[in-house]
Amino acid sequence: MTWALDHLGVIASLTWRHTLLAGIPLLLGLLVAIPLGWVAHRVPALAPVTIVGTGLLYTIPSLALFILMPLVLGTRILDPINVVVAMTVYTVALLVRTVVDGLRSVPADVDAAATAMGFGRFRRLWQVQLPLAIPVIAAGLRVAAVSNVSIVSIASLIGVAQLGSLLTDGYNRAIAGELLTGIVAALLLALVFDLVVVGTARLLTPWRSP
Amino acid sequence: MIRFEAVTKAYADASPAVDDLTLEAPTGAITVLVGPSGCGKTTTLRMVNRMIEPTSGRITIDGVDTASMDPARLRRGIGYVIQHGGLFPHQTVERNIATVPLLLGWDRAKALSRARELIELVGLPAALGRRYPAALSGGQQQRVGVARALAADPPVMLMDEPFSAVDPVVRDQLQEEFLRLQSHLGKTILFVTHDIDEAIKLGDQVAVLRVGGRLAQLAPPAQLLAHPADDFVAGFVGRDRGYRALGFVAATLPVRPERTVALGSTVGAGEGWVLVVDDGRPLGWLDTARHPGPVDRSSLALGGTLASAGGSLRAALDAALSSPSGRGVVVDDEGRVVGTATPSDVIAAIEAQRAESAAGGGAP
Repeated sequence: MTWALDHLGVIASLTWRHTLLAGIPLLLGLLVAIPLGWVAHRVPALAPVTIVGTGLLYTIPSLALFILMPLVLGTRILDPINVVVAMTVYTVALLVRTVVDGLRSVPADVDAAATAMGFGRFRRLWQVQLPLAIPVIAAGLRVAAVSNVSIVSIASLIGVAQLGSLLTDGYNRAIAGELLTGIVAALLLALVFDLVVVGTARLLTPWRSP
Repeated sequence: MIRFEAVTKAYADASPAVDDLTLEAPTGAITVLVGPSGCGKTTTLRMVNRMIEPTSGRITIDGVDTASMDPARLRRGIGYVIQHGGLFPHQTVERNIATVPLLLGWDRAKALSRARELIELVGLPAALGRRYPAALSGGQQQRVGVARALAADPPVMLMDEPFSAVDPVVRDQLQEEFLRLQSHLGKTILFVTHDIDEAIKLGDQVAVLRVGGRLAQLAPPAQLLAHPADDFVAGFVGRDRGYRALGFVAATLPVRPERTVALGSTVGAGEGWVLVVDDGRPLGWLDTARHPGPVDRSSLALGGTLASAGGSLRAALDAALSSPSGRGVVVDDEGRVVGTATPSDVIAAIEAQRAESAAGGGAP
């Protein structure tokens, strides 16, 4: 506890970096997963390939992916971009299936009515399908958010600082207070991410709360 | 006018859903497609707005081949109503109704004011406009569905079992209002149902389809009931078709004068059943053998159904059969008693009418 109070500045800056490294990929991943999920939904033949293919990405060990990134992207080894891209890959892996499930959750008669009234395919996606898929997508996003906050910690092993640095440093130097601070801070941040996703989904779906 | 020219919809490895259908839905009239499940009626409907593309044949609307039109633009010009309304749960009632006007690029304020107009037209309280569909009853949702289809005032409407998901009382009410609306609007309507009674009630003409999407008969309802083309149509039209056909024959029956008494007047025990009225309108029948003396509202037996003077033979026969006195009450347009008719009076009228149409050689 005293360790945490003595290092508030460091904790704040690491928390902020952790938030960006986990949060930005969450948004980017969603932006990539929506078109992929939409194509898989529209072309049923592509659905298994897309869902399984992207899902498999999640099985790549995070440390390996972090190390691979500079080779693939041509970035420097310590560049935080590596972490952002790798985390985006994980988010896409989790969210493509979620987006497909979300689009499938749109009632068939509502979808048919939209088509029959003359919505084009993009307008139908944007104005009818996505809004109605929000509850399902939000559920998947909660899993991805918490998963991101957790996986990002590994990035301290390749020298990208965030709350995981408290764990590596605390372990190397055997400082129990630092270790504990890292764990608690990551937990709290995951909780905040979860609340933000739930709150945003609720704001975007006023019709669900009478 | 919607015209199907030798339209077939076939799926690989299956018998065709619609087979060589040629049909005309005339402008300003309701054409009902009716048949058992698997007869391709919904497929037929969805080929009009190209949600399903025909395998062969041609569909034209007012002479224009629909295949030559952009599907989205074609659909914005065709009203579409489905079972349960198919409303967008995430949009308010007003916004739902304004959908097609907004797709057509109307100004938002104009589209919403049109939506409020339609809420009134379909008989809903204005306050519902700001609610989400989930807050509405099934019947109200169905009305919103109709309002939404009418929003951009399309000349053509496609209706796919729009009233089948509500209870019978509400359905009856919706059907009546639908007919009232149509009498003002005169849309060209293609209406799908599996319910032959609904088809006969709503259709200007009825197309009976058999399984496999072949047209069994296309005829006005009265003719369908009186002269079904074959056993399939006869079986589908149902067991009471002779009785129901009377619904399309205007009654020309001799009405007998009926003595009426007012509440509070005195009747003797030997007078049999007497008709009690208030200001000429029937209140009910009184059995004087059981309730002699002053006429009291609580001693009235429930009256039968009422027939109107210019109404159908079906209504007249029902009035006669349902009356506790055995005399059916006939009323004028104001609801005042004109007289009564017995079942045998009505049967005599039916026979006279039949003889007349046989002599005239025409179908009823």
